[in-house]
Amino acid sequence: MPIPNPEELKTRLEAALPGVRVEVFPNPAVPAQSSLLIAPAEAVAVAKFLQDEPQLRLDMCSNVTGVDWPDREEKVKVKQLVDGVEKEVEEVRRHPGCLEAVYHLYSVALKQGPVILRQRTANRTDDTAVASLTPVWRGCEFQEREAYDLFGIRFTGHPDLRRILMWDEFKDHPMRKDYVEPDDYEYEPTPHDEVLDRAKAHYPAPEVKA
Amino acid sequence: MIGTGIAKGLVLTAKNLLSTYTDKERLPTIEYPDEKQPLPEASRQFPMLIFDGEDEMKGLRCTACQICEKECPPKCIYIVKSKDKRVDYKGQNQFYPAIFDIDYSVCMSCQICVEVCPFESIKMNTEFELATPDRFGGLLVHKQQLAKSNAHYQKIHPTEAAASDAAMAVEKAKAEAKAKADAEAKAKAAAAKAAPMPSASPEASPETPKPAVAAPKMPM
Amino acid sequence: MSDARNQLYQIRPKVAPDGAELEGELLEVSMGPQHPSTHGVFRMDVVLDGETVVKLKPVFGYLHRNHEKIGEGTSYLSSMPYTDRLDYFSSLTNNWAYALAVEKLSGLVVPERAEYIRVITAELTRLQNHTSLCGFLLQDMGALGTPLMWAFREREKVLDLFESLTGARMMCNYMRFGGCRCDLPPGWLEQARKLVDEYPRFLGEFEALLSGNEILMARSQGVGRLSPELAVSAGVTGPMLRASGVDYDLRKVDRYGIYERFEFRVPLGDHGDVFDRYMIRVLEMHETLKILRQALQQIPEGPVVDPKAKLRGFRPKVGESYGRLEGPKGEIGFYLISDGSANPYRYRVRPPSFINLTILEDMCLGRSVADAVIILGSVDIVLGEVDR
Repeated sequence: MPIPNPEELKTRLEAALPGVRVEVFPNPAVPAQSSLLIAPAEAVAVAKFLQDEPQLRLDMCSNVTGVDWPDREEKVKVKQLVDGVEKEVEEVRRHPGCLEAVYHLYSVALKQGPVILRQRTANRTDDTAVASLTPVWRGCEFQEREAYDLFGIRFTGHPDLRRILMWDEFKDHPMRKDYVEPDDYEYEPTPHDEVLDRAKAHYPAPEVKA
Repeated sequence: MIGTGIAKGLVLTAKNLLSTYTDKERLPTIEYPDEKQPLPEASRQFPMLIFDGEDEMKGLRCTACQICEKECPPKCIYIVKSKDKRVDYKGQNQFYPAIFDIDYSVCMSCQICVEVCPFESIKMNTEFELATPDRFGGLLVHKQQLAKSNAHYQKIHPTEAAASDAAMAVEKAKAEAKAKADAEAKAKAAAAKAAPMPSASPEASPETPKPAVAAPKMPM
Repeated sequence: MSDARNQLYQIRPKVAPDGAELEGELLEVSMGPQHPSTHGVFRMDVVLDGETVVKLKPVFGYLHRNHEKIGEGTSYLSSMPYTDRLDYFSSLTNNWAYALAVEKLSGLVVPERAEYIRVITAELTRLQNHTSLCGFLLQDMGALGTPLMWAFREREKVLDLFESLTGARMMCNYMRFGGCRCDLPPGWLEQARKLVDEYPRFLGEFEALLSGNEILMARSQGVGRLSPELAVSAGVTGPMLRASGVDYDLRKVDRYGIYERFEFRVPLGDHGDVFDRYMIRVLEMHETLKILRQALQQIPEGPVVDPKAKLRGFRPKVGESYGRLEGPKGEIGFYLISDGSANPYRYRVRPPSFINLTILEDMCLGRSVADAVIILGSVDIVLGEVDR
């Protein structure tokens, strides 16, 4: 499959769309599946280019995935000058979290692929908007709705953004890493007592034979 | 002519119906529970624990390592380790399960517990007529009901049981050989220590210490 | 059609023969989750003008079990039984797709005999899936059970093969990372060859019964047309895409496994209607039997699992991978992000039935309610996959 590698794609995109911000995201396990990080503002333009360019012709968006990267702290040992003596000090680096949409693109006309695009939101709390690629590939419609439903990523430009798998009045987004499940499960006497204890708060415990 | 397709189809259906009287293959239904279909050997239903010998609880192969509990996808196994140890078939001291419960209503018969067990102690049974009217706890099976003898296992899964027995025999032989080698090495070390030590003076000729006990001959 | 998605379809003002305008109301019907023809707990909110569908919104999520979150909480091996339960008709292809994704991530190599076994079991899965689909589609058309029961009678033979190999009829849990769980039992290959030899007789009967049937042709020809451009843009894959005339079969495109060694054709349709989708599946069954004959003849001896594969304590490399294959319903893919630990960081299933439903509305607009049922039947959805 003679699809160019991500670095080459990056140079081609920068040549065709001046001012576009593209970053190559390497994949240590499968280098052929490294991805391109694009900014939401230019996402539709990049997508249209990838679809129309005669050597790429990426006309099918096969998979849209939402990913949750929560805020994390990294303890890094840094050499610092303390009282004139160079010592190794532990510094806490904070990496702000974000939500991410990953697109796997394939070409049906030229039978090649995949090209993987990523779009990241600014943060996980209030600014969770990215551009919707449904105007470019119709197949993103339901999958972007699912990413919105389960992660909370808002896709601007989506024709019909509403919940798809959970019911419409549901609050919260189940696939996030910090999602807390409600504890009123239907009573089920599994041997694992935490489920039992949490359920007992909502239902009267029936007689369990020993 | 319109209708020929349907007419052909009806002829075929009639042929099918009439041939059920002559061809056994055409009539695939059997009258359960009067007739039961013999299940293939690999068929799996719910787990069981194997014990060797006569005593159910003393012969249990399970050592409460809790690997099956961790790997079980729907987390239906619940194990509590015992406080004391006892000797297993290899001659090593192992824990045993004080409590071993499986919730059959949660179990999905995936056989992962069987695959990851390092002691050949949990296997799949073929009994599926387990319906009970008690919704809460009726299908929560305890150690006593789970324990089935090795003979039963050999009857329901002959090839698997043969492979399992062979693997256990290999493990046992390895353990015995290791134990023997350890015993010989220990005896040798003990003998070497029991013999008189050579004098500390550098001029004295080093005397090879005579072993107090004759060294055991290696069988190899 | 893109503008019409959120508006109502053209309603022609109805005029009586004497020139007076007739008034009417639109009827909103929920073809609700409990319906014998919706292939599971699936709901379609249709707005009808008489019998014509004016707007159709699919609603699902009734079988949502958050499989992807469970995948994040269980180890890689323990997620394998859960993949059986996605598209529960074709559990072995789901297993294989997941094993492909993990093998890409961890660099395991599959031995040759295991590749042959994988192809044989996957093609048997495809065979029984297409057989049951033909049965279900005819059932939706009102054939009241004959084709369905005949299809299930043949399907039982395939399920018997699965049970003697894997231990379970439907939830097989057979593929492992680096190969298969266990080797073929003695006599299995003979039984499989017997099945492959006898299956064409059943297919011949099925075709004689159905493919010339006037009712089938009248109800399905011209119904639910899907243009190739819309199909490709909507991410539709599998027999639905090929019925619209697009030559895209992952067994030929990706050449995963050892499919290059087998000679088989890819049937393509001309019109993209329900009849084409039905015929494509029948033709694919013939091609599948071809592949099976070749594979059953060529299968070598050898190990069935990579010796480097570990059952306990399996930790793949850090990174991500997307593994996909041609399942009976379309392209089934698994996207895994691994952070080096025993559980995946992100575990995503690319469900073909879910994505094939994107253009359900486009196909059903302007047709009657009865057609909407068969169009849904021809999409071949399984709710376990749509909702996960």
